[in-house]
Amino acid sequence: MTLANKTTAELQSLLHTKEVSVKEVTEASLARIARVDNDVKAFITVTEQGALARAQQLDSQTTNNRGPLFGMPIGIKDNIVTKDVLTTCASKMLEDFVPVYDATVIEKINAAGMVIVGKLNMDEFAMGSTTERSAFKRTSNPWNLEHVPGGSSGGPAAAVAAGEVPFSLGSDTGGSVRQPAAFCGVVGMKPTYGRVSRAGLVAFASSLDSIGPITRNVEDNALLLAAIAGEDHRDATSSNREVPDFKAALTGNIKGLKIGVPAEYLGEGVSTEVKNAVKEALEMLTSLGAEWEEVTLPHVKYASESYYVISSAEASSNLARYDGIRYGYRPEGVKNLEELYLRSRSEGFGDEVKKRILYGTYALSANHHEDLYVRAQKVRTLIAQDFEELFKKYDVIIGPTSATTAYKMDETVKDAMTLYANDILTVPVNLAGLPAISVPCGFDSGLPIGLQIIGKHFDEAMLYNVAYAFEQATDFLKSAPTIGEGDE
Amino acid sequence: MTQFTKEDVYYFANFAKLGMTDTEAQSFAARLSEMVNFGDKLKELDTENIEAMTHPLQLFNVLREDIPVDALNRETMLKSVKEHEDGMIKVPNIL
Amino acid sequence: MNFETIVGLEVHVELKTDTKIFSPAHAHFGAEPNMNIHIHDLAYPGSLPTLNKRAIDFGMKASMALNCDVAKVMNFDRKHYFYPDNPNAYQISQNDRPVGSNGWIEIEVEGKKKKIRIERVHLEEDAGKLTHPGGDYSLVDLNRQGTPLIEIVTEADIRSPEEAYAFLEKLKAIIQYTGVSDVRMEEGSLRCDANISLRPYGQDEFGTKTELKNLNSFNFVRRGIANEVERQEKILLSGGEIEQQTRRYDETTGQTVLMRVKGSANDYRFINDPNISEIHIDQDWVERVRAEIPELPDARKQRYVSELDLPDYDAMVLTLTKEMSDFFDATVAAGADAKLASNWLMGEVSAYLNAEQKELNTTELTPEGLASMIKLIADGTISSKIAKKVIKELIDNGGNAADIVKAKGLVQISDEGTLRKIVTETLDANEQSIEDYKNGKERAVGFLVGQIMKATKGQANPPLVNKILLEEIQKR
Repeated sequence: MTLANKTTAELQSLLHTKEVSVKEVTEASLARIARVDNDVKAFITVTEQGALARAQQLDSQTTNNRGPLFGMPIGIKDNIVTKDVLTTCASKMLEDFVPVYDATVIEKINAAGMVIVGKLNMDEFAMGSTTERSAFKRTSNPWNLEHVPGGSSGGPAAAVAAGEVPFSLGSDTGGSVRQPAAFCGVVGMKPTYGRVSRAGLVAFASSLDSIGPITRNVEDNALLLAAIAGEDHRDATSSNREVPDFKAALTGNIKGLKIGVPAEYLGEGVSTEVKNAVKEALEMLTSLGAEWEEVTLPHVKYASESYYVISSAEASSNLARYDGIRYGYRPEGVKNLEELYLRSRSEGFGDEVKKRILYGTYALSANHHEDLYVRAQKVRTLIAQDFEELFKKYDVIIGPTSATTAYKMDETVKDAMTLYANDILTVPVNLAGLPAISVPCGFDSGLPIGLQIIGKHFDEAMLYNVAYAFEQATDFLKSAPTIGEGDE
Repeated sequence: MTQFTKEDVYYFANFAKLGMTDTEAQSFAARLSEMVNFGDKLKELDTENIEAMTHPLQLFNVLREDIPVDALNRETMLKSVKEHEDGMIKVPNIL
Repeated sequence: MNFETIVGLEVHVELKTDTKIFSPAHAHFGAEPNMNIHIHDLAYPGSLPTLNKRAIDFGMKASMALNCDVAKVMNFDRKHYFYPDNPNAYQISQNDRPVGSNGWIEIEVEGKKKKIRIERVHLEEDAGKLTHPGGDYSLVDLNRQGTPLIEIVTEADIRSPEEAYAFLEKLKAIIQYTGVSDVRMEEGSLRCDANISLRPYGQDEFGTKTELKNLNSFNFVRRGIANEVERQEKILLSGGEIEQQTRRYDETTGQTVLMRVKGSANDYRFINDPNISEIHIDQDWVERVRAEIPELPDARKQRYVSELDLPDYDAMVLTLTKEMSDFFDATVAAGADAKLASNWLMGEVSAYLNAEQKELNTTELTPEGLASMIKLIADGTISSKIAKKVIKELIDNGGNAADIVKAKGLVQISDEGTLRKIVTETLDANEQSIEDYKNGKERAVGFLVGQIMKATKGQANPPLVNKILLEEIQKR
């Protein structure tokens, strides 16, 4: 029996009638990890013992009051802290860091009766878009192992795509949930800033970071977001907005939906195949009763610059705490404090992290603070206003999630236009604090293409319904990578 | 065009407490120059009367009542500390 | 050439909240190392600050008491620097928009009143503590990390060490009245740095200043400033230039000592903390906090002079601490004469407290007890001399003066017959004194009164003794 292919609803009913135990579901996930993760390399840590013990404990509970995610295996990006379980941020700096507390989302996942099976690979401190910047291993794209899974949540996206876990949590600071979801042909949601508590998310750029679910399909995604969302007294930036029943919003009815398609999102740098897939998706949505128009986001061409200044500035601040003193990497044989600082940080951080810290330090320094950092924050305001204007008229904004399909490993994208297009597709959403979902909408040479749907603040329910309508009307959900099938 | 020198890199690296070799500093100088020139594009825009956005949501007065919770256990805390003495965290000489 | 002394103070005051400003750990003085900590105080990855509402209330309260404008909108900024007692490598403080600004307090030095302007009052977190046990390492204790502070920054309005001293005394009194801090310098809940410069009289621009640290008492502030002024004066008079330095006051030598030359100033790279929401303070909030501020020392002083007819000096001394002033008010409310209450509190009681190194509230004396004694003096039941015995009893064991007087048989002898008999006996035994008196030596009377008091164990009614004594001498 391949439990991995069953839907969540199917598994719930099997669990309820005790035809299947949580232990079996967990074992199926662990077996799949054992089979394919040597190739995919999505996991940094597999918590086999803990997961099995947890499964047994869940099996012994009564069947009353079980939520819709009871007994479901989940993988967690390694920048979300888990009590007593190694949390590395894929950095040498935190190679041996065992947190003393659980992130709020972990508490919520536990409360939902889910089973954490491990911690997932990422770009170091979430800085990157290929997962090649992990200090430990490079994750492969399950659709083609020679390609990257995207990043920085490459582990979470690849693990779901490879069927290792049906659920995972990633984090998205500038596209880090959506882009790997698109590259791996799975569903990734970056919720509204403040919808999900950041307590326990290792900070990269605090005003941009969001935790988001990655799943095989839209319904699972809606269930997971509902489980982790909500106000948290530990995070003063979490919103007290009521969390709607996202699943109930999945009617599939999008008649009269008004879609804005920014010209900037289908411009230079976006591959023809991606453009075509998005246009076909728009036709499909039109056939379902939606209307779309080309629109413009006049300031998004500055989004990339604004993003790098703000995210690097905040990162330079957030990553200052790694000083070799209270936890994390500490070199041996240092003679004085200055040497402890310099060596801990130069030996503990990777190259990309250092570059961003340096850039952020520059942007915040007295001579550049106003002209660079504050200016970037002002441009951020302009970008947010662009969206606000559009949302007066349109329900959602649609474009591709990424300009291309997954890159080949080691193939640094050098084309400036492609890089630029990639940035403006994802980072404006973080700058404006909006929700956006990536849902599979096609393939190019066997690699998935993602459709990005952006919504108003706290309008995730709308995004889920549009994505659901699209998913139900197309066959992309039925495709799965063939990895690991030969040896079954 | 801003061109970073090795010395510029060391100047900022000192604030960020990043140790590096001359070769690394040279390499960062080139890459930082690129980033800074890239960021200069923002100067095309007139941002004179625009409010700077520091928080994506307009939340205010999110406060906590003055009620203590259980402290973090010291022994638990010390587990992640590489060097400690008498319940305190050890650091090498300041000088 | 004569120089004018220019001093500005930066005073840190620890706020007396139950928890830290950005974490819910206990904020208490004196716990075992690293026992009052929370994940945020360790800057654990993923930890976030949560802002203590009472810390804001206290910051507002102090600002209002110092006549500041209270911010309508404020935020918190990160100030970056690496140090082992600063786990995040940034201190959360208020750079752009402090809770209070444009305040002042009035001081009085040698009878002259003067306003010292306060530039700003801002909220921030304290750092941990670093100890140096000897050897090649230091130890970090993070109990104090995150304790709420207000930093009070004055304008450079202070012109002498005495004014600095007066400012601190007044500031301490005001803050103590508001109840937001214990303001104990010895426990570190009040810390002071001084910026000192000189300029020739008549010159507008300020000279180069030095920053003076390690001022551990108000007296050290006074002496430290005086010494630094002297040092700068010497340099200037010999044609030298003042270097911008941070200096430390050495208590043992009484000299200021170089800590570091400024120059390469740190770049704190301020950033509005994205984890903390903006604070909007509306009129309701201001009024609610204002209502909690008790009558402040100046107002009380005024009241003592105008309503209770106390001399300025008494009013000033009584209002130096809220404890003393509250005690005085309660004593008067319990029916004591205001001037007598003032005399006793400023005299015997204060002397006793000083001698015993005690605080008023750690003795057994109650306002009712003191009032009961003052009433016995006023109605002649006991003499002031007897009262000195009674007050010791009241301070040590509490209770009511009437009971003590009764139990110890201390009632004043006011019976004329009894007293006349003692006077006669005393005169009989001191013929020489009578002689002296008659020869114009007034002091002889004092001696005789002393003898009579001795004979009555101090219980004789003094005015009556005087009267009878003079009558009896005349008869001889």
